[in-house]
Amino acid sequence: MADIRNNFVGIKSPNPFWLASAPPTDKAYNVERAFKAGWGGVVWKTLGEEGPPVVNVNGPRYGAIWGADRRLLGLNNIELITDRDLQTNLREMKQVKMNWPDRALIASIMVPCVEESWKAILPLVEETGADGIELNFGCPHGMSERGMGSAVGQVPEYIEMVVRWCKQYTRMPVITKLTPNITDIRQPARAAKRGGTDAVSLINTINSIVSVDLDNFAPNPTVGGKGSHGGYCGPAVKPIALNMVAEIARDAETAGLPISGIGGVTTWRDAAEFLVLGAGNVQVCTAAMTYGFKIVEEMITGLSDWMDEKGHRTLDDITGRAVPNVTDWQYLNLNYIAKARIDQDLCIQCGRCHIACEDTSHQAITSMVDGVRHFQVMEDECVGCNLCVNVCPVDNCISMVALEPGTLDERTGKIVDPTYANWTTHPNNPMARQAAE
Amino acid sequence: MGTSDTGIVAGRLPPAEIEANFTDLHAPLTRHEALVASDRCYFCYDAPCMTACPTAIDIPLFIRQISTGNAMGAAKTIFDQNILGGMCARVCPTETLCEQACVRNTAEERPVEIGRLQRFATDTAMQANRQFYRRAAPTGKSIAVVGAGPAGLACAHRLAMKGHEVIVYDAREKAGGLNEYGIATYKAVDDFAAREVDYVTAIGGIDIRNRQMLGRDIKLADLTARHDAVFLGVGLAGVNALSAEGEAAEGVEDAVDFIARLRQSPTKADIAVGRRVVVIGGGMTAVDAAVQAKLLGAEEVTICYRRGKENMNASEFEQDLAAAKGVTIRHWLQPLSIVTGESGTVAGIEMAYTQIVDGRLTTTGETTVIAADQVLKAIGQTFEPVGLDVLTLERGRIVADAEGRTSLEGVWAGGDCVADGEDLTVSAVAQGRDAAESIHRTLMATAAPAIDAVA
Repeated sequence: MADIRNNFVGIKSPNPFWLASAPPTDKAYNVERAFKAGWGGVVWKTLGEEGPPVVNVNGPRYGAIWGADRRLLGLNNIELITDRDLQTNLREMKQVKMNWPDRALIASIMVPCVEESWKAILPLVEETGADGIELNFGCPHGMSERGMGSAVGQVPEYIEMVVRWCKQYTRMPVITKLTPNITDIRQPARAAKRGGTDAVSLINTINSIVSVDLDNFAPNPTVGGKGSHGGYCGPAVKPIALNMVAEIARDAETAGLPISGIGGVTTWRDAAEFLVLGAGNVQVCTAAMTYGFKIVEEMITGLSDWMDEKGHRTLDDITGRAVPNVTDWQYLNLNYIAKARIDQDLCIQCGRCHIACEDTSHQAITSMVDGVRHFQVMEDECVGCNLCVNVCPVDNCISMVALEPGTLDERTGKIVDPTYANWTTHPNNPMARQAAE
Repeated sequence: MGTSDTGIVAGRLPPAEIEANFTDLHAPLTRHEALVASDRCYFCYDAPCMTACPTAIDIPLFIRQISTGNAMGAAKTIFDQNILGGMCARVCPTETLCEQACVRNTAEERPVEIGRLQRFATDTAMQANRQFYRRAAPTGKSIAVVGAGPAGLACAHRLAMKGHEVIVYDAREKAGGLNEYGIATYKAVDDFAAREVDYVTAIGGIDIRNRQMLGRDIKLADLTARHDAVFLGVGLAGVNALSAEGEAAEGVEDAVDFIARLRQSPTKADIAVGRRVVVIGGGMTAVDAAVQAKLLGAEEVTICYRRGKENMNASEFEQDLAAAKGVTIRHWLQPLSIVTGESGTVAGIEMAYTQIVDGRLTTTGETTVIAADQVLKAIGQTFEPVGLDVLTLERGRIVADAEGRTSLEGVWAGGDCVADGEDLTVSAVAQGRDAAESIHRTLMATAAPAIDAVA
């Protein structure tokens, strides 16, 4: 049986599934329930400075978008960091860590960008026995207006500075949580590394207006007739998170920097995708907020079963395995040619492949053959774009089949070339021609 | 309390039980259920469901409108093609039409619930009494519509929309035709047929005249003289006879009369039914009668059909419904004679076993007697061409072309009374609507022949 024990920058947990710093990790009650359910670790909801805690809105804090059957696909929130007293949180953290020594307990921290503030809080956190700290440079709403959260994460110099303070004032491992609300995720990651961070975690939530109340002409969630942009998360943000994780994993400057992957992890499969793109573990929030803590059982068994099936023994066997295969567009093989094939036995005749191709792509799928409703790929028109595969409601009904080298591509009338050739050497590329001259 | 007395009596079940038995067969979808059901639609290209619908309702579009919270828009999409979309949502054999064609059947043997979704949308509009159509400027044309059933109402509505004046003549007390008199009670509860007539005629320009029977109270020649065009949607007034000995005995009745009586009773508790009921026939009417006899408290109800299960006109769903309600369906039996008791009332029916020999139905020689105190005949209705002898008929029904034009100029026909009719409400609606378009084209071409002539 696969060993899914996790060692992330020296922090050990029985599995790589942590709960992200968020409402589910707000207090001992929730965290105890999470550990009972089997979660490997939690990042405690972000602590603020000593003194009067922040205040949350007393109206709706969440908005959502849904897919079919009202399946929650994206969640947006305007909740701030913990609104509980610092000492209460610290006391509970200490007790929980004592009760659950085998689980990871990380303290998320957000205090002003002032050395004294960090210097003050770090010893207090360390005293709880927490396994590490996560610097919240990510929240895009509320706290960012006060110069914290993503306001820090958007300035690489600030990131580097704060990380340096933390490394100076605590022995605990430092995980720097990054905001996706930037243009190039590599810049804040590099800054964190320069500051000496032990790891980065990403992504935090994305600036968003999740929907608009059309009766009241106000963004959702609407608080007394007004709305504010919030932080977007859940399954909808996973593709953005995966890319950002991969960008850091394959960047020469940050390659090898441990990554805790966050963003829409809902199933074991999502988690495995983050791991193979370079994440050492994953953090989950929206899935738990949608279905409760029990979902971790599916994640644990799913990941373990998949690893068994594929012969992967430990998480190290899979972490980063897909990173070498993430490349720039210019290096993709232009001699690779694939065509869509429709399995007529599985086809239910909905015709969505046809109309998608006919209206919006390459007019390469029939709707009628010999007067009978029939959907079939015309290989002499098919560019292999994969749109039909994506709109087909039946799994595996349409597949992309690579043409064997040496066979004829009916669309171009050319024989499939077995050699690898990309844009950098293509005759249509002016830069390539220049190089040839 | 109820009774198990022999003979045909009312009150076999307590009134409350009868009332419960005759509630909606398919409860309307709640808003949540409608959203869940609408999510299942794939929005197919050139959707097979739409092709299967005789009125060609844009089903993918109206379901998508429901899924986006626009049930009112969905209703208009439906009514654009079928102004009786509310009744069709209730009575259409969707299992052999749109829902049979649904690609979800191929995927998981469970179609999108098109019928119930259609009802959700049309109920939304009708409950709000939302009228989507306005009449065009008056054309000065007057059209007679004979029969206020599905074909006649659909025709009248479309004609009124075009700006014509329509007078609808109907033989019965109330408009609606089979919708009012011929459909099982549990398919159209809460006086839906009458409410639908009100909804359809609310457009204006439709004058319904009841108790006006063609050949008795009105004559075709008078109608053609008084109006610019005539549409005949007279349905099938006659019923086939059993050709069984003793058919006139007390206790033998046409199923359509039994069904009509049930429909017109507010409580149903006053409707008498036998302790043992035999229904002869294999169509929807046989099932409607048999199931309702059971719901009234008949102890034994048997449908006898002279051919096999696969030949029955009643759909698979209807047959299952009958079985679920406790009706016994027996095949390969045809009536020989009515057995009467001492008082001359029905005591049973003697049936002959049948078989197919060389492609022809024959009796085997073996017979059986089924005890019964009520026999309901549901072996088909026939067209009675009263006052219509000038029209060309084929196999006993009016010959009409694709647009509904009969052999007599200025006279159109549609619905069950025409040959090649499918005997479906929805087909009647399609024919009535299309005939209206044809009438409109014809009349307006006469008024302004310029377009063709100039071209």
